[in-house]
Amino acid sequence: MYDLHPVIAAQRFISKTLVIAELEGRKLFHDPTELITRAVQPALWLLIFGEVLNQIHAIPTGDLPYIDFLTPGVLAQSILFISIFYGIAIVWERDLGIVQKFLTSPTPRTALVTGKALSAGIRGLAQAAIVYVLALIIGVDIVLNPISIGIVILVVLLGAAVFATFSLIIACLVRTRERFMGIGQILTMPLFFASNAIYPISIMPDWLKVVAYLNPLSYMVDALRGTMIVGGTCAFGLGLDVLILILVSAGMILIGGRLYGRLGR
Amino acid sequence: MRRTQVLRTENLTKRFGELVAVNELTLSVEDGEVFGLLGPNGAGKTTTIKMLNTLLPPTSGSASIGGFDVMTKPMQVRRIIGYVPQMLSADGSLTGYENLLIFAKLYDVPKKELEGRARNALQLMGLTEAGERMVRTYSGGMIRRLEIAQSTLHHPKVLFLDEPTIGLDPLARRTVWEMVSKLKEEYGTTIFLTTHFMEEADSLCDRIGIMHRGRLSVLGSPQQLKESIGATDLDEVFIHYTGTDMETSGSIRDIQRERETARRVG
Repeated sequence: MYDLHPVIAAQRFISKTLVIAELEGRKLFHDPTELITRAVQPALWLLIFGEVLNQIHAIPTGDLPYIDFLTPGVLAQSILFISIFYGIAIVWERDLGIVQKFLTSPTPRTALVTGKALSAGIRGLAQAAIVYVLALIIGVDIVLNPISIGIVILVVLLGAAVFATFSLIIACLVRTRERFMGIGQILTMPLFFASNAIYPISIMPDWLKVVAYLNPLSYMVDALRGTMIVGGTCAFGLGLDVLILILVSAGMILIGGRLYGRLGR
Repeated sequence: MRRTQVLRTENLTKRFGELVAVNELTLSVEDGEVFGLLGPNGAGKTTTIKMLNTLLPPTSGSASIGGFDVMTKPMQVRRIIGYVPQMLSADGSLTGYENLLIFAKLYDVPKKELEGRARNALQLMGLTEAGERMVRTYSGGMIRRLEIAQSTLHHPKVLFLDEPTIGLDPLARRTVWEMVSKLKEEYGTTIFLTTHFMEEADSLCDRIGIMHRGRLSVLGSPQQLKESIGATDLDEVFIHYTGTDMETSGSIRDIQRERETARRVG
């Protein structure tokens, strides 16, 4: 790779990334049951949690009905939950020797990691489709124009990349399933609750606000809330949200690329 | 006349803390040769392979493949090697053909040749009829053959096989041997393998090296080694050079891993 012209190197990088994502796509195509079982959790959040809190008007969401406010949060949450456990699949692939075989192929580490990030994004998109259907069924006011959907797709891919790569980094560091499960459990709930997914940041105590501003999930939710809901607004601005997600995912991919080789040892 | 050396190591060493897993290993393998590395569990065979295939950086010493140093030119090394790990590493949730297609793409096989290369590989390994089936329905021997096909799609100069027949029944073992011989004949692939089975080493390898506690104890053709100590088979040679001490016969972790592999294959 090092002796190649930058343009060719970039082409190789993109094509290798797509091969890794193709692998994941083929697996999902052979066995889509996973996508269906994954639909249960967002359904519970929207149909039970959302409907109940919608009745009591306890959370200040401006002119938006609470269920509309919640819908982008549930989408972001379900992507967080899928992606943050991505590392477990990677530890599993390591135990099977699959990772080692990829590492001895002439594929840049960063392409392997970006491919994994994109694979998580594919699952995220399936999840987004499910949330859209659920939201339409329960009467949430969804924006259905192509531009809005295009932005949602971008934000879902970026968000999945951030959390899947974060998860991959942890997998590279701990390298066993048991330790990974422990850490995964510790991380998911704080990331979820210390964000604007189910209530606005404005009602949080100051110390929690700081955590929420540092949490990439907040920016993902903010971007989705301003894009997919009629009357929804971005508190930070869509441009800033997307920029932060791009920078964080790029940083994570660079770190992941450096650490990925540890899995071969 | 000497043939070219395709693989060389010089004082190759790997330490894990106090443990010296591979201790100043110096050897060379010639182009087109089948070389077998033998030794008890924990002798350093897998560690050696992992240093040669760029998975593990050596602590000291050097190794090169096709003239490329494994430390400074890992990408060039990866282009000309194939690796089949000890574990069964084909993806069970894809078909055999898909497993091959993905790897052909990763190895930059030209687009026009992708399908042909994958089909040929299936045919060479006797898997044409199973090509469209999910790999999880394959037997252990079929998976091993698929993995060998996967690692040779780019016609590597050197193929590394780490315990290729572990856990396979005698018939499956024999078909794997046949495939290895075929690769050597058809493509002149140099093969570097580790094994526990003396019969395998005897029938497949042009030369073998016996490792013991990280060091190379002896090197030569199976015939030479047998004659050197007046033995009738390689078992005697193995015992002669590795001793009979029980403490070196592998950690619980190694044995567990082996049993697990055997169970999955079985």
